[in-house]
Amino acid sequence: MSAPLLAVRGLSKRFGRAPALESVDLEVGEGQVVALLGPTGAGKTTLLRCIAGLEQPDQGTLTLGGRDALALPPAERDVALVFQNFSLYPSKTVRANLEFPLRAPARRMPAAEIAERVTWAARMLRIEALLERPARRLSGGEMQRVAIGRAIVRRPKLFLMDEPLTNLDAKLREQLRFELRELARELHAPVLWATHDALEALAMADRVVALDRGRVLQSGVPADVYARPASPAVARLLGWPPVNVIPVRKMDGHWTAADGTRVAPAPAGSPDAATLGIRAENLTLAGGHAPTEVEVVELTGPAQVAVLHWAGIRAHALAPRTLELRPGTRVAPRVSPEHVITWPAG
Amino acid sequence: MTFLGLQRLEKRWPDGTHAVRGIDLDIAEGELVVLLGPSGCGKTTTLRMVAGLELPSAGRVRLGGEDVTDRPPSQRDVGFVFQFYALYPHMTVAENIAFPLECAGLPRRERDAAVLRVAERLDLLPLLGRRPRALSGGDQQRVGLARAMVRKPRLWLMDEPLGSLDAARRAEMCGLIRVQQLADRVTTIYVTHDQEEAMRLADRIVVMSQGEIVQAASPKDVYDRPASLFVARFVGSPGMNLIEGRVSASDFHPAGGGAAIPLPHELLALPRDMRALLRDGPVVLGARPEHVRLDPSGPLRGRILLEADAGPWRHVHVEGPWGRVLALTTAKVGAWVDEEVRLAFDPAGIRLFEPTSGRSLA
Repeated sequence: MSAPLLAVRGLSKRFGRAPALESVDLEVGEGQVVALLGPTGAGKTTLLRCIAGLEQPDQGTLTLGGRDALALPPAERDVALVFQNFSLYPSKTVRANLEFPLRAPARRMPAAEIAERVTWAARMLRIEALLERPARRLSGGEMQRVAIGRAIVRRPKLFLMDEPLTNLDAKLREQLRFELRELARELHAPVLWATHDALEALAMADRVVALDRGRVLQSGVPADVYARPASPAVARLLGWPPVNVIPVRKMDGHWTAADGTRVAPAPAGSPDAATLGIRAENLTLAGGHAPTEVEVVELTGPAQVAVLHWAGIRAHALAPRTLELRPGTRVAPRVSPEHVITWPAG
Repeated sequence: MTFLGLQRLEKRWPDGTHAVRGIDLDIAEGELVVLLGPSGCGKTTTLRMVAGLELPSAGRVRLGGEDVTDRPPSQRDVGFVFQFYALYPHMTVAENIAFPLECAGLPRRERDAAVLRVAERLDLLPLLGRRPRALSGGDQQRVGLARAMVRKPRLWLMDEPLGSLDAARRAEMCGLIRVQQLADRVTTIYVTHDQEEAMRLADRIVVMSQGEIVQAASPKDVYDRPASLFVARFVGSPGMNLIEGRVSASDFHPAGGGAAIPLPHELLALPRDMRALLRDGPVVLGARPEHVRLDPSGPLRGRILLEADAGPWRHVHVEGPWGRVLALTTAKVGAWVDEEVRLAFDPAGIRLFEPTSGRSLA
């Protein structure tokens, strides 16, 4: 196997006394899209800035295309960073904004190539019709497309995206999400994509790296991170409907919640206490022995989510639309033992 | 019974922009109505006219049987919620939650009872004596929500209150707003551009576009029977699959080629004028991603463009001469990118639209 395009090893960074990143390991392979999933303040932006060369880490190594990149100034790292709030030149046209990064004197790029690259990027991002328009007259979605265009015209080794969709309308976000996924595939471009949105991470990425409080909590392919979150902290990052997290003790061979609900059989040899995780789609609403009432029903579109008090928590169950559910409906939640995720008691 | 009524409500800005173009809407007491639409559709302007923060250019606002169009905001007894943050650091959680009631001049005993009620509902009882800085971010948000909703005005008006939150937090808070609203049953108008939020919260979704209401119905109906192509695209994540083509006999023929898609009988039993539209003109077929499946004997042939995980679902994007279609499955697909596949449609999920007006035919 060839060396990854980007390899981060043991990267740490402090601001004053506060640790922002603690011994972060991460790789991005050729043509791979890697999502960095974490809440606000997890250290995502700091990590991207360290890779781009805008921050100097305190410890660790960073190799880009096999070279030690920490010694290189930002301009020589050949990475493009797209921000959440990308500042375009408002009075310049879209074309001038796209040309700008190519006009750097050090590049000495011929005018014909600049024009060709701008046309290519505009077509990729479907902003050809906007090329002669001043940037200040663009909508939010158009601006973000131009911002991404400014990154792709350079054809960098690596794209770093810092929540590029966060400030957009939900609908636009969803559209651009798929466009960018396809774009990454067409460009065969490696992308490190920071986001707090689990759906975005799962849908976009070849790999997901879950980050919280400066530490990598888990990394893996989306399906594995989704199916087997390594801790309740990772489960909580996985969006809505939430994973049901239930503290339990072992009683008579059963994992038993604080309110006495027997959640699942506890395998022989397991410790006295644990924390259980149950995905909303694995909590079925019949067949259990602790009846309860549905508190709220929420429609997701293809399915519905029932919110109910069960096993001492406000639990969420994803149910098919065919099931007749309303507030007050009596249900008896149940989970198959093979769907129970067991974490150490915390 | 109408509790809040908007009648031919209009707003023109001085520069001539027609932000709200004469909307009619009746809201029942206790109902939670979500105004849903993209930026600039007029939803926030509508909300501000209900609050009294903007004067309508024409039309009336009636609240509880009275015309309140010309009343200042302070005389409407509406609670306006923007965002749930900025707690007072020197007050305890209980004092923070009680503050709006104190301002409203409620006696102490009633204040305490209201605080306990809302704290129990939002799992805040153990935190009541603490100060905000001792709380986690999530707990602070819940206290903010409790404080914002502890009062029971005649009307809650909420303008994207969750806009600035992380996805996971937003989802949790959205659920708690609904819990709180269902408990107190205060009539609520909630504005958002996020259709998922709308579907989860609403008794009724009012979809707006370009200053007009394009559909007002239950989340189920808006999702299952979108009134127009705009709604079909806007609602659902992602929106409805749409394929252009023509109808002949009882089949749909995609414009870009591909075999005929049989239409269910009920879909063809249309009023005469619609039948004419169907027979003569181009038609757009719509189907939700969950009503499309990979099926070796299906009528549409295409190539897998992209596969992606989406939580409990799997998204399969398929491209063919007829355009692009997304199929949603819960199972492993067993097919790969660039592989040739065939698609079939669940007859019950098929909708038809007239492409020029965009309106739904069936």
